[in-house]
Amino acid sequence: MPKFPKPPSRAELMASAAEYFPFVPRSRPKYVTREGKRVFGVSAEFSRTPDVYHAAEKVRDAGYTKWDVLSPFPIHGIEKAMGFKRTILPLLAAGGALTGVSGALAMQYFMNFDFPITVQGKPYGAWEPFAPITFELGVLITAFTCILSMLALNGLPRFHHPLFSKERFLKVSDDRFFICIEATDPNFDPVKTRELLDTLGADRVDLVEDED
Amino acid sequence: MSSIHPDKVTAERLAGLREDAALGRDVEIEALGDGSLVEDPAVRPPLVLSDRTLGEVTQIVTGYVEDPPPKWWYIAFAITSTVALVGTCMILYLIITGVGVWGLNNQVDWAWDITNFVFWIGIGHAGTLISAILCLFKQKWRTAVNRSAEAMTIFAVICAGIFPGIHVGRAWFAWFLAPIPNSNGIWPNFRSPLLWDVFAVSTYMTVSLLFWYMGMIPDLASLRDRADRRLRAGVSRPFTIALPGGRLVNLPLPKPDTLRAFIYGLLSVGWRFSSRHWHRYEVAYLILAGISTPLVLSVHSIVSFDFATAVLPGWHTTIFPPYFVAGAIFGGFAMVLFLLIPLRAVLPNFKDLLTRRHIENMAKILLVTGMMVGFAYSMEFFIAWYGANKFEFEVFANNRVNPAKAPYWWAYWTMITCNVISPQVFWFRKVRQNPWAVWVVACFVTVGMWFERFVIIVTSLHRAFLPGEWHMFFPTWVDILTFTGSCGIFLTLFLLFVKFLPMFAMAEVKAVMPQGDPHGHDHDESHGGGH
Repeated sequence: MPKFPKPPSRAELMASAAEYFPFVPRSRPKYVTREGKRVFGVSAEFSRTPDVYHAAEKVRDAGYTKWDVLSPFPIHGIEKAMGFKRTILPLLAAGGALTGVSGALAMQYFMNFDFPITVQGKPYGAWEPFAPITFELGVLITAFTCILSMLALNGLPRFHHPLFSKERFLKVSDDRFFICIEATDPNFDPVKTRELLDTLGADRVDLVEDED
Repeated sequence: MSSIHPDKVTAERLAGLREDAALGRDVEIEALGDGSLVEDPAVRPPLVLSDRTLGEVTQIVTGYVEDPPPKWWYIAFAITSTVALVGTCMILYLIITGVGVWGLNNQVDWAWDITNFVFWIGIGHAGTLISAILCLFKQKWRTAVNRSAEAMTIFAVICAGIFPGIHVGRAWFAWFLAPIPNSNGIWPNFRSPLLWDVFAVSTYMTVSLLFWYMGMIPDLASLRDRADRRLRAGVSRPFTIALPGGRLVNLPLPKPDTLRAFIYGLLSVGWRFSSRHWHRYEVAYLILAGISTPLVLSVHSIVSFDFATAVLPGWHTTIFPPYFVAGAIFGGFAMVLFLLIPLRAVLPNFKDLLTRRHIENMAKILLVTGMMVGFAYSMEFFIAWYGANKFEFEVFANNRVNPAKAPYWWAYWTMITCNVISPQVFWFRKVRQNPWAVWVVACFVTVGMWFERFVIIVTSLHRAFLPGEWHMFFPTWVDILTFTGSCGIFLTLFLLFVKFLPMFAMAEVKAVMPQGDPHGHDHDESHGGGH
């Protein structure tokens, strides 16, 4: 049985709600730049997949939890290098499948008994003719659950993110790799985190600021 | 031709440093060409040629969207959209006038319309097959073709959906197909395969669209980011038109990059390439692939129930579901090849992403599925004889096969020639590896698959049990132009896709490139821990 992550705390929920809705009060930032901008985190830039993979292992071993690897494609085995838990998406998809199948059966039984139509003298309650539609609706609801819960768990859609504020980061959709350790991480320290990233063989290390 | 070789072994062999005989195989250096056709099982053929970097792959794929389309694109688009317009007018004419404008009659009440429906829905099977089944089998070469095959699937299903929709006659009553009670409180008949078909095709359409869209989110984000970077760098150009004198005039419109950043930005839902997101994305993709696999198989099975549950000789057979599914994959792959081989010739650098190996692999699938279809044809015939059902045997012998008695013998033999005989040339490696030879066979197969559906539908219907009702089918000009029009709609949508959406799954291609391997060979292996 795979282990699933713990649900977020109330403070975390409020903080993530503030990311989406401007009317939710944001907590005071722990770190600000000299210009008074909120510090989102520190990022390290890489140009090769093996480098970012091995760097991720070191960040994981340093005990960080609120950090991310950004890569133009899914890196094989990155969940192990980053040490995060398996997603609960399959359970949600299974729920979608059950909903679809039971909904389809309920619909067909209801409609067949609400106004019974005699077709070739076959019994009204026979399940066999209901199999194809039950299967199809099961697939349909599973597919919707799957893609919608993937987006929801990822916190998408969203219009803006501090990572988009620097032009350099947009190269992540091309051929660059980034490791970004967020300032909200309990282990985050402006000096030590930066030092850690400096030792990872990154092409460059930058401060990531939020725009407000 | 590139001199890049996939592996030192092949390079040495080509340079004559290594004896071919020692490896037990005679290697033709000519045929090896760009290295994608390497025969050595120890060597993995490269999936991307010319030693491209990750950035070059982005540039090639986004270039098709961002660069002005080539001249042939405008010409092709003008032709196909005109044909599509004619088809749309035919549909309108039919809806206004009635189904009588087609050549249907009391005996042959399903003809070109349902033939076209099954033809298009069959073509629509390759896309999801490539994305789902080949994904589950971990066939990495699918990354070169999956996006365009999925797009083709959507467009083929759109074309397929037209025909039953307008064939019902009074198209404004098409809502009777939905599970809504009509004005007498009667629900649809859930024991009818035609209703199952409505659910199967609409589910297939929706799930294929979701699959296609979800796969495209990261690539749309790439397009968004490129447009955004150009805007920030101030190098975006405005819309211009060229005056006769050659002078360019700027139009007072938003810049193309502004539109791109906005539209692709909305469509890519704020994707930021986070590994935590990628993890859920990959799990979701795998589940979608897992549920789409039985879905692909179910859709054409259910289409075949439309026929198989009728008592009509020639339709009433249990072999129909697997036979239809094999035929659908066969016809779908033929259409993928039909579309992609010309694009490979005319679009720059397309050949580096869609190699001859990919085409050869698809040719092999055509050969296999062609043999399955051929087996189904012969088994159908065998059972018609072995089952000792006089009527069924008559349908085969005297309505289809025998030129002396069957008026539609030419349709049957066209089908056999195109579907069973023509793919047999793929037993020869030289033919499989020649893209244009593959293209010619793909054309034959596409024609053959249309005739297969025509043979199944019309030759079974035109002579049923009562000889007094026997009637031939003659298509009217509306029949012909509606079908041609549906081809126009299909190709127009495909050309729009080529221009406006990423044609390759960039993220997936990058992940299977050597640079995408987190344990690359040129790196110290001792660091390779962590799994």
